[in-house]
Amino acid sequence: MSKKTYIQAITDALRLELGSDEKTLIFGEDVGKNGGVFRATDGLQAEFGEDRVFDTPLAESGIGGLSIGLALEGFRPIPEIQFLGFIFETMDSIAGQMSRERFRTGGTRHMPITIRSPYGGGTHTPEMHADSLEGYLAQIPGLRVVTPSNPYDAKGLLISSIRNNDPVFFLENLKLYRSMKADIPDEAYTVPLDKANVVREGTDISLIAYSAQVNQSLKVAEKLEKEGISVEVVDLRTLSPLDEDTILKSVEKTGRAVAIQEAQRQAGIAANVASLIAEKGALYLSAPVGRVSAPDTVYPFGLAEDDWLPAEDEIEAKTREILNY
Amino acid sequence: MDNEKPIVDFSEIRDALGKNFEPVQVMDGQANVVNQAIVSKYSNDQLVDFLKLMIWERTLHQRSNALTRQGRLGFYAPTEGQEASEMGSNSAMKSTDVLMPAYRDIPQLIQHGLPVYKAFLWSRGHVLGNEYPEDLHAMPPQIIIGAQYIQAAGVALGIKKNGTEDKVAYSYTGDGGTSQGDFYEGMNFAGAFQAPAVFIVQNNGYAISVPRRKQTAARTLAQKAVAAGIPSVQVDGMDFLAVHEVTKAAREYAAAGNGPVMIETLTYRFGPHTNAGDDPKRYRTKEEEQPWFDNDPLIRYRKYLTDQGVWSEDLENEYVEQVKADIKAAVKQADEAPKQKMTEFLENVFEEQPQNIQQQITEYQAKESK
Repeated sequence: MSKKTYIQAITDALRLELGSDEKTLIFGEDVGKNGGVFRATDGLQAEFGEDRVFDTPLAESGIGGLSIGLALEGFRPIPEIQFLGFIFETMDSIAGQMSRERFRTGGTRHMPITIRSPYGGGTHTPEMHADSLEGYLAQIPGLRVVTPSNPYDAKGLLISSIRNNDPVFFLENLKLYRSMKADIPDEAYTVPLDKANVVREGTDISLIAYSAQVNQSLKVAEKLEKEGISVEVVDLRTLSPLDEDTILKSVEKTGRAVAIQEAQRQAGIAANVASLIAEKGALYLSAPVGRVSAPDTVYPFGLAEDDWLPAEDEIEAKTREILNY
Repeated sequence: MDNEKPIVDFSEIRDALGKNFEPVQVMDGQANVVNQAIVSKYSNDQLVDFLKLMIWERTLHQRSNALTRQGRLGFYAPTEGQEASEMGSNSAMKSTDVLMPAYRDIPQLIQHGLPVYKAFLWSRGHVLGNEYPEDLHAMPPQIIIGAQYIQAAGVALGIKKNGTEDKVAYSYTGDGGTSQGDFYEGMNFAGAFQAPAVFIVQNNGYAISVPRRKQTAARTLAQKAVAAGIPSVQVDGMDFLAVHEVTKAAREYAAAGNGPVMIETLTYRFGPHTNAGDDPKRYRTKEEEQPWFDNDPLIRYRKYLTDQGVWSEDLENEYVEQVKADIKAAVKQADEAPKQKMTEFLENVFEEQPQNIQQQITEYQAKESK
């Protein structure tokens, strides 16, 4: 066991998989000598050589297409898209190509690609650097969408993603990169790609969240505990597929739920969670499903960021509202 | 001050752009050999085999056209006029090379090893048409214009990283495709990685209805490779031997580890864009079309071999009948394909089925067992 930050856990996973599978390749903008703009690939080129860890020309669609071609030649690509806001440049390679290849070829070809990309607000980035675009990605058939909320899951989910034979979009939360530390095993381990995690057990209400919102939800749970309110927190971990069983089991137990996301409200993951509960767990409910999200604007200018992002007190207020409904 | 000469003369620079591209030719439109050394490299049997490739493609086109009209094929993009461009280039490749085709490149796919009935199943929209055996080194036809170019760069880099000898990735697009970002990214990536790729642009004059002159201010499409730092050439796309020789040289250059190459073939799409309602009369004139029809790649090459006494109408009729019989058998085989099942589709979304897919498989199994 060693104490590692969220981003160190990611580097750890990458190092282990580069070491254990010679077909893995890491590439993207600035991932080589520079080790990535956040240092996620720090030291990996020096350790594994430029053949395995390399910089590409600056073109996201190129990075996506390159991954597809390399996968066809038997490699296991781990490309980095420098910021999630840049995926619009490569949406064809993600939504139109790699996620369809298994289907398109009747299962005769597969695309073991893991795209890593940082996202999430609260660090005062320029425009298109912090947007939560997971809703777009989760709608793509054939693509898994994974987003860890802590260092343990970051390492285990990334190793599972890399070893998976289908394309995985691995979303790394910018704000969590260096703000969290935890003891995690030094060796390789996996976390399943289709299992949500009950990170805190409770009996009165379920807060269903992912990524940085899990940590905010946990803080709300701790605060309410002092008032004798027992809050369960479910960390989705994977947004596609959604672990329906764990969500429904939690709601069956508590009878109340709040779905939380950092992204804009419309057509998001929280809506998907709410509709799942309405469809398959309505009779468990003692109150409507609550939803916490950002408003339906584009991600705001830096100075307004804190007003826009769903804050702890908003989660708390919505939790109280649903509890007292 | 007004009369002072500017520091650079942009008009002069512009006028010089692309001037160094002259289409390579071996045999002109009147079947006159302009490069005897190339023709002499081949035996009469080889030269006849080349003609047969073009006759095969023309016959496949004619049958596909008819089958589409009868409703027995689905999506079809006519290839008439592009036989020298498509067969001339493809025949210079090896079966171990990786073909990244677009939707007008079905004849190359078939020559690369795709059974004709599977090509027909693809046209109809049946997944069996896309189930390629491991040793068919190709991807199904790309629909998104230009996407195959950047993927070809990836395949080429993979070939290089695997250290595979004498193997290249090759890909086709059209004149319209050269306007796409992926076209540039594909060439630029392959160039930056010095990867063995051969990029072929079939300049057939039209991107559906938009003529080549409206795609770009560039004098040639070949010069678009210059900015990526990779060598390129323009070739008479109605001249089989010229296309074949140029592609062969490009392949050798790329396979030897020198990096990628780009080829622009000057050809013409005799027919509509696809058989789904496009009517060229809406956007081009008879006056424009006729010289191209006269420049049919089969006419000059057939004339040459007939003059040489190694080809005749009887031989051609006999061969065409044989090709037609093969196509008829392929249609029959395609007709025998089983009906597609939603459960099978669901099983091919992921390798390991997540909860939602498992639930949907169960739902559709119930429907399909009724």
